[in-house]
Amino acid sequence: MSHWSLDLVVDPIACDGRGLCAELLPELIALDDWGYPIISDVDVPPDLAREALEVVRICPKLALRLERRSP
Amino acid sequence: MSLTLRDDARTAPTAGKRLLHGLSGTRDPGLATHLDRWGDPRLRDGRLVDELEESGLVGHGGAWFPVAAKWRAVAGASRRRSVVIANGAESEPASRKDAFLLAHAPHLVLDGLVLAATALRAQRAIVYAPARRIPEVEAAIAERHGRRLDPISIEIAEAPDAFLAGQESAVVSALNGRRGAIPSFVGLTPVRERGVAGRPTLVQNAETLAHVALIARFGASWFRELGAPDNPGTMLLTVNRQEGPLIAEAVLGSSLCQATGLHHEDLAQMRGVLLGGYGGAWVSPEVFGTLEVSEKAARRAGATLGAGVVAPLPRDVCPLAEMADVVRYMAGQGAGQCGPCVHGLAELADALEQMAFGAAGGRGTDRILEICNLVEGRGACRHPDGVARFVRSGLGVFADEVTSHQRRGCCTQTGAPRVLPVVGRITRRRLVSRA
Repeated sequence: MSHWSLDLVVDPIACDGRGLCAELLPELIALDDWGYPIISDVDVPPDLAREALEVVRICPKLALRLERRSP
Repeated sequence: MSLTLRDDARTAPTAGKRLLHGLSGTRDPGLATHLDRWGDPRLRDGRLVDELEESGLVGHGGAWFPVAAKWRAVAGASRRRSVVIANGAESEPASRKDAFLLAHAPHLVLDGLVLAATALRAQRAIVYAPARRIPEVEAAIAERHGRRLDPISIEIAEAPDAFLAGQESAVVSALNGRRGAIPSFVGLTPVRERGVAGRPTLVQNAETLAHVALIARFGASWFRELGAPDNPGTMLLTVNRQEGPLIAEAVLGSSLCQATGLHHEDLAQMRGVLLGGYGGAWVSPEVFGTLEVSEKAARRAGATLGAGVVAPLPRDVCPLAEMADVVRYMAGQGAGQCGPCVHGLAELADALEQMAFGAAGGRGTDRILEICNLVEGRGACRHPDGVARFVRSGLGVFADEVTSHQRRGCCTQTGAPRVLPVVGRITRRRLVSRA
């Protein structure tokens, strides 16, 4: 069992609201009225970790990252 | 506008000498008078950080962060020598206390800066201040240089005239010179660890450093003679009265009414009081009357004392018009980096203008509160959070005015001259007309 939890974090300066992330991971990412991602407060659940990594990789502005946090 | 000193702040409070002691409202009396009044600053045999910890001093740039903890974080960040900065940007239009200190007691601030540089074995010591303060600071530094007072040479850097210029990561960005004074997304590496030129960096408010200068001389127990055990010492307040801003030194834990000179008869003439500036919050005159000079008490009332801004709003102005102009100003003062802040604050200003200056009806406060929720916590810095707090608290305190604007439209006081200061011109959006 892992003692780490994963946190999906957006750098709001880098982000310019392309919206790919919300399309790929609607379970954790919604878009606000202006098209910018609102990331769910909950930790990334283990069964979505792979998708979360994919979203981080695919963001054209490299504005997303996964951070490990000790609980 | 002239700065006036309260009479009771001019003489030292009973138990000891504090920041405004001996200042008469004229210019800096000079180094000789300063040293005569306070004596030489002492390093306390390398125990200054411990002394600061015992004193309980917190930062008075707005965040109320314990000073000793911040210094320790900078000292322990890396083996590289650090950079210390006296932050005198004070870019909040309703705050004047740091400007006052730099003009009238620059040597207290400079003492504090040099003490920090020495305690942290810093490589550079920099005063960061707006252009209009620089000649005074230069003169003070030249005087110290002539006396060979300081073991480090003090540099000066100009703070641009922008609301965010004093924000910690914006200060570092300005000094790094690439992007101007705009905040960074510091995330997990704060400027304490990687700041100016990648070095550990201490950005400390000017007033805070002036307190350091006195604690170095007189010690932690002296500092704690005033104030409450969990809220020790004094702080400077800028009271925005109609006759001009007033700088007051308040004993922490004392009555806010007494400290600001706003008594019950004055409060009866007020619609509300803004605490903590444009990123702060409105409280009703009744609530204000119960508050102490205490960040904890202010937080319990949903507000903050921040950097000590107090702005009472008189009955003969329209609070919604005041708020609309401030929010439009704040929208224009964003760094323009983060989408939710750029779009959200502009839309918030539109909605408030519609409410303040538009016809009756309208969408009410629902959309305004929705935008507040949407922008909060979604910037690289706290700019949008502060505006959201300002607006939300205002809609609460001025609920009657909101209702009356919705029923009858723009009120008769909307055209009254504004009380809350902003820098530059406010350009409103054209109002949406309803058929």
